[in-house]
Order: sequence, then structure tokens, then C-alpha cells
Amino acid sequence: MATVTVKDFRNDVRPNWCPGCGDFSVQASIQRALASLGKQPHEVAVISGIGCSGRISGYINAYGFHGVHGRALPVAQGLKLANRDLTVIAAGGDGDGFAIGLNHFMHSVRRNMDVTYIVMDNHIYGLTKGQHSPTSAHGFTAKTTPTGNIENAVVPAQLALGAGIDFLAQGFSSDVNQLVSLIEQAIQHKGFSLVNVFSPCVTYNKVNTYDFFRENIVNLDNLDGYDSTSRVEAMKTVIETEGLCTGLIYRNDNRQDFEDQIPGYLTTPIAQQNLQLSPEIFAENLKEFA
Amino acid sequence: MLEQLSWKVGGLQGEGVESTGETFAVALNRRGYYVYSFRQFSSRIKGGHSNDKVRVSLKQFRTSTDYTDVLLAFDQDTIDLEAGEVRNGGVVIADEKFNPTAPDHVHLFTVPLTRIAEDCGSAIMKNMVSLGASAAVLGLPIETFTEVVEERFHRKGQKVVDQNIEAIRLGYEFIKDAGGSNLEFALKPADGTRRLFMMGNDALALGALAAGARVMPAYPITPASDVMEYLIKKFPKVGGVVVQTEDEIAAMNMTIGAAYGGARSFTATSGPGLALMMEAIGLAGMTEMPVVIIDTQRGGPSTGLPTKQEQSDLFSGLFGTHGEIPKIVLFPTTPEDCFYSMGEAFNLADKYQCPVIVLTDLQLSLSKQTTEPFQLDKVTIDRGSIATADMLAQERPASGEEFKRYLLTDTGISPRAFPGTRGGIHKVTGVEHSEDGRPSEAVTNRKNMMEKRLNKFQGIELPGSLTRTGDTNPQVAILGMGANIGAIEEACERLREEGITAAHVQLRTLLPFPVQTLQQALSDAKYVVVVENNATGQLRHLLSHFGVEHPQISSCLKYDGLAFLPTDIQQFVKGMF
Repeated sequence: MATVTVKDFRNDVRPNWCPGCGDFSVQASIQRALASLGKQPHEVAVISGIGCSGRISGYINAYGFHGVHGRALPVAQGLKLANRDLTVIAAGGDGDGFAIGLNHFMHSVRRNMDVTYIVMDNHIYGLTKGQHSPTSAHGFTAKTTPTGNIENAVVPAQLALGAGIDFLAQGFSSDVNQLVSLIEQAIQHKGFSLVNVFSPCVTYNKVNTYDFFRENIVNLDNLDGYDSTSRVEAMKTVIETEGLCTGLIYRNDNRQDFEDQIPGYLTTPIAQQNLQLSPEIFAENLKEFA
Repeated sequence: MLEQLSWKVGGLQGEGVESTGETFAVALNRRGYYVYSFRQFSSRIKGGHSNDKVRVSLKQFRTSTDYTDVLLAFDQDTIDLEAGEVRNGGVVIADEKFNPTAPDHVHLFTVPLTRIAEDCGSAIMKNMVSLGASAAVLGLPIETFTEVVEERFHRKGQKVVDQNIEAIRLGYEFIKDAGGSNLEFALKPADGTRRLFMMGNDALALGALAAGARVMPAYPITPASDVMEYLIKKFPKVGGVVVQTEDEIAAMNMTIGAAYGGARSFTATSGPGLALMMEAIGLAGMTEMPVVIIDTQRGGPSTGLPTKQEQSDLFSGLFGTHGEIPKIVLFPTTPEDCFYSMGEAFNLADKYQCPVIVLTDLQLSLSKQTTEPFQLDKVTIDRGSIATADMLAQERPASGEEFKRYLLTDTGISPRAFPGTRGGIHKVTGVEHSEDGRPSEAVTNRKNMMEKRLNKFQGIELPGSLTRTGDTNPQVAILGMGANIGAIEEACERLREEGITAAHVQLRTLLPFPVQTLQQALSDAKYVVVVENNATGQLRHLLSHFGVEHPQISSCLKYDGLAFLPTDIQQFVKGMF
């Protein structure tokens, strides 16, 4: 088998994102991470929901599933259960993940299947043309908050830690090298991982721009002595930075993932198993009803 | 001696009504009787009246009777509520503890159920005392119950077994001494044939297991939860997995994800859950994913009557999602039918690559009945059109093109490649898409793809879509579905005895609707009566919708939460003549 390169993960589909959209960097980072980890395209599946960023599953040469709004994570987990050998990446926007899909996000963290979730967080609804999102700040004006947002923003990293996540990272579309490294580590982490990426919308969000993030983000890579194995330090940092930090925030490799704890779950993926029930097991089952 | 009788136990929910009924029914099933047991209960754990009615007979009946021969009462409420349906001269066995009073038309036996149980070691053994008392009234050998008890309590040690057997014996002797064995409620002995005893939900779960289902994401809901609870116990032996999801939306989407991944996956729910699954069922239709959804119908709308019988999800099962998708809807009638229907459902899902909804109703899902043993070799597993890596390597020399998952074909069916298959990379999207699964709004493509999906069943009727029994050229043909099979069968017999010729048509497939077969099955009848557990006559509407015609159709409806009794249908039909 020839070595895979980033080209192997490219296809001929031109994204329908606006020029300058942060999502281009996320797409490129996923492709680079997969290549550098030596994955074969057919061993990878990208699952997404609805939104501009949700189109990403169509833009990477791998298996891709573009489902309904907010439900990428349940589909991704179902796929992982059917074939645990696959590298399963769920991807989407902040509306998909933290508004309509928030329930699934919290429970995916708790369930801890080996799925990597990459969120392109632009603090706005792009595809529906400029409504506020759950990560839009208080006071933020958008089509649906003409006099300023009177709701508070969720801080995804805080939610993730609150739900007990074992791998939490944040990236920024302008820092591709860091992002590639975070995605690589997230894929390698056995269990559920979140990489929340500040990925500016150049068309509808005139507040949370590239410059805004450049000026406000604290890069943990530059913080001497930051301990990403401490949940307390992670939570403290997320609160202090109001969520505006990038890098590896928290990692714990000492917990078993969901799959390894399923009683009787086999190493051979379900999709490759012989489904024929043995007559002995069947007879044993029937006996209980006799 | 009697060839059939009805025994009922009642009391406060949570005080052993269910276990007493269960032991009674299992014991009689083992003796070779046909047993049909239906439990009335509330949506609460403790308190409130509940009862379990068990019909015992030498031939098979698939519903309860309209009367009771022997009533076992753990409280006065049970007598007040249930003694009215006890036959003249019937028996009420009641615990001395509450100083029972009963109407004059019954024989009341006041038995110190609790006191005897306490003497044997524990008050909870009053169910054993009452089983012994029942055995004496019904002329059953005491071993009928002691054998079951020995087996059930074997693991708890000989002392427990002995105490329980003593409790049965004392109950038995108390009734004998009181003259309760001479009341002509003795049952004719059965032939001892061993059959199964289970509810529809058990059969659905066993059917899924035999059909190769290995992933079941589901959210608990009455009356569907038994299916996931059973498989959680059984899947570890075959490498399968049940996930209790955060909600039904997740359950359905996870089912789709697993189907996409190549597993046979399914979920089980009831009306409210089905409503939450609708968007994702549309996704399964649009992306041509083979998924199976069990909907155990209960009283709606909203929370409705969660523990009561209804058949009111027909429209939502058939037409529930937005947009238009291909779908198959089955409605089995008995536990046997539930078992084999699951095998059929998974094969149909794989063959036609679409959602298959298996409807049941609460009565079918939860009532336990005697069932002929299932044959594993009658369950075949046919995965439909699958593109493997070897096939793809041969068929598709490196062209640079993606695999055409949605290839336009004459049948509308195109091969699937599971993720992980080399050479099978393609896109799946709920957006309208081209043959390779990429989004496309092109007008011609849209039309082609809609026709590809929707024409899968053009002109097709599935085999076994209905059964018909009874007279030819009958005065009345009674059309029913689900658990109503039992009440209709019995009503037909009674009508014949009264000189009205009758046929019974039982519909098993609602989509594709078997228009021609059903038209044929009804056409020789003078009158057609559609029997259904809902208020608006949904099945009756389906006949019109799909163009099944008859000049004289009327609806016999029941939507009070109770199951149909033969007499309901019998009286309705008699009223027509």
C-alpha cells in the first residue's frame, strides 16, 4: 500500500463556502491530520448535520454522511457501533451542535464512544443568513436580535467539562498547524473527543472576526506550565478566558471508552460478523418461555 | 368438567398481582392448556387497582372472555370492581384479612391467605396460598404449581422451596375442607404438550435476534421497553449492543448510523416516540437506509392512555414524515406472527432499502399467550444488494469516479457499499442527490430520484398481506388487524351459531397496501365491518384512500382503552341485521 498523502483525502467538489470562510482551514486540517496519521480514505467516515459547515462531509474524500439538523452525533455513534474499526469524525457548526443538537452533545460526552467531534464555531447562523447562535454573546446584534441578544452565550468548553469529557481542545482557523496537531491527538484519543474551532463567518458576523479572535484568544501552548491533565485547571482556565482559549485544554487517557465496556462486544466489527444465530443459543432462549 | 374457564387475580398494583397471575399462567401452560393472559394496570409502580385475567382452555383462543369464573381478590376493591363480571355461581376467593363481602350471585370463600402465609414463614407467600386454593377449585393436581415453584425457587435453597410448597398445600386443603372443590369448576385435563408462553414483545425481540439484528438504540417507553430489556440480556452472547439513548430522536438517528455502517439495526417505541422519530425516518427514506422501527401502539394522543389498548398510529405510521418516501408497514397479529414478521421486516428493509415499520398494539405486545415453538430454520437472512470490496475491484477499474450508491436502475434498488469497503467511497445526504450521493437540485435528477425511491413498490403486493378464514359469500366480512384477531374469530363463531354467515379478514400489511387482494377478500360479502381500536376509523379511511370499494362498509370502533371482547363485535353485527 502506497503511503497516503493529503491529496488522497481531497475530492473534486468545490465547497459552497464564502471566500475567506474559516471552514476551509478546518477542512484542510482534517485532511492533513488524517494523512499524517496514515489513515486510508475508505477507513474514514465524516458525519455531519445541517449548516454551512455541515457540508464538510461532502468535501473530504472518505465515506460521508450528511444527515438532518443537529443529529450528526447519534448517526456517528450508530456507525461506530456497527463498525468499530472505522475512524469516525462528526463535524458541524455551533447551531447544529450546541442549539438543536446540544442534548446529543452532552450525552455523547457522557457515553464516551470513540468518536471525534469537530465543531466550526462562528457564533452565528450562516446558512439561514445571519440569526444569532447559542454561542453569540449577550448584546450581540443579528437578524433575530435587532436590539441586542438578551440571552447569554453557552461556553462549549465549559459544557464539555461539565459533562465529564476526557479530551477537550479548541483551535482557531488561522492557526492550522496547531489545529492539525489537535485533530490528530483527538482522533488518537480512545473515547469521545471535542475539537471546538473558532472559525469566523466573514459574511454575517462582523463582530467575531479573525481579528477579534486573534486579539482575544489565549493560546495555552504559550502558557508555561499549563497542566492539561488537570480537570480543575482546565475548568478554571475556561472560566477565566470566558472560553476564548486554544490548545489542548484537557486530556484523560485513563478511562475506558464505551465500546470496550459493552458486555460481549467483539473485536470483529458487527458489520463483518456472521449474523446467523446458533441453534443452541436459540433453543436455550426458547426454553425460558416453555 | 370444563373445557375452558377464566380466572382473574386482582389487588393493589405492586402487591404480587402480576407474579401470582404469571405463576398461574405458566403452570397451566406447562400442563398443556392454551393460556391467554391479559393484565390491566396503570402507569404507576405502586397503588391503584390492577388485575391479571387468565383464560385457560383446551383449544386456542386469542383474547380474553367477557366473564370470570374464579376471582382471586387481594382487597375489597377487587371484589367491588370485578365481581360484577363473575358468572352466576362463580367463585370469589378473598383474603380474610380485609373481612371481604361479595354480591349474592357468587360463592365467596374467605381464606386466611396472609395468616397461612405468615405461618409458613412470610406474608409474601400469600400468592402461593392463593394458588393452592385456586388449584382446589379448578380440580388441578397440586403439582401443577409445586413443580413450577420448585424450579423457580431452587436457587434460593430447599428451605424456601419447602415453605412455598407448604403454603400451596395449606391453601389447597383449606378450600377442600370448605367444600370449594365440588363446584363444577374442574378443568378437563390437558394433554401435557409443551408449548411456549410469551407476549408479543418477547416474540419481537426473539425475532430480531434470529434475524441478525445486532444494534438496538432505543428510549424506554411503555409498552415497548420489554424489547430492549430482553435484548440487553441476550446480546452479549452474540456480540450485539443495546444503547439506551437520550431520546427517541437519538435512537432513530443512531439506528440509521448503524444501518449505514452495515449492521442490522432497529429501534422500538410507542406513539409519542414515533412522533419524535419522524424527521429521521424521512432521512432513512431519502438516503435509502434499511431500518426497522417497532411501534407498539397505546392510547393516544399525547401521553393519552399509556397502559391501554389502542390502534391509532396507522396514519402516523403510514404518512407521518414530511415529504414523500418509500416505506413498508407490517402489523402482525400473534406472537408467532411477531417473531416471523421481524425476520421478514429486516429482509424487506435490506431488499428495498427503506424504513420498515412494524406496528403492534398494547394488547398484542403485552398479553401473554400460548404459542407454538418457533422454527429458527424458517428465518432466512437476505441482506439484499451489497457491493463488496472484491466486487468493486472487479467491476470498477480505477476510473477516478466515486461509487454510485444511488445508481438509477429498473427496480429502483442500487447496491450499497458499507463504510470501510475499499472502492466504495460515496456520499450520503438527506439533500436531494445524484447517483453518487452528491447534492443536486437539477430538475431531471430530482424527478429521476423521486421516481427511483417511490416506485420501488409499484404494483407490488407483499406475500401474506392478509389472511381470510370463514364462510364464502358471507353475510358479513369482518376486517381487523393486530390483537383483534382473537375477538373477531370468536365473534364469527358466535354469529354462525346464531345463523349469520361470517368471514374474518385479517390485514397484516398496511404498506404497500394490498389493494387487489383485499378487494377480492371483501367482495363476496354482503356487509363489511371494519373493527379497529380508534375513534376515527383509520383503517376504514385507508380502504377509501387506496381505492378498496364495497357498497356496505361500517366501522366498529372502540377507543375507551379496553381491548375488544367477542361480544362487542357480535352485538355490533347483530345490530345490523
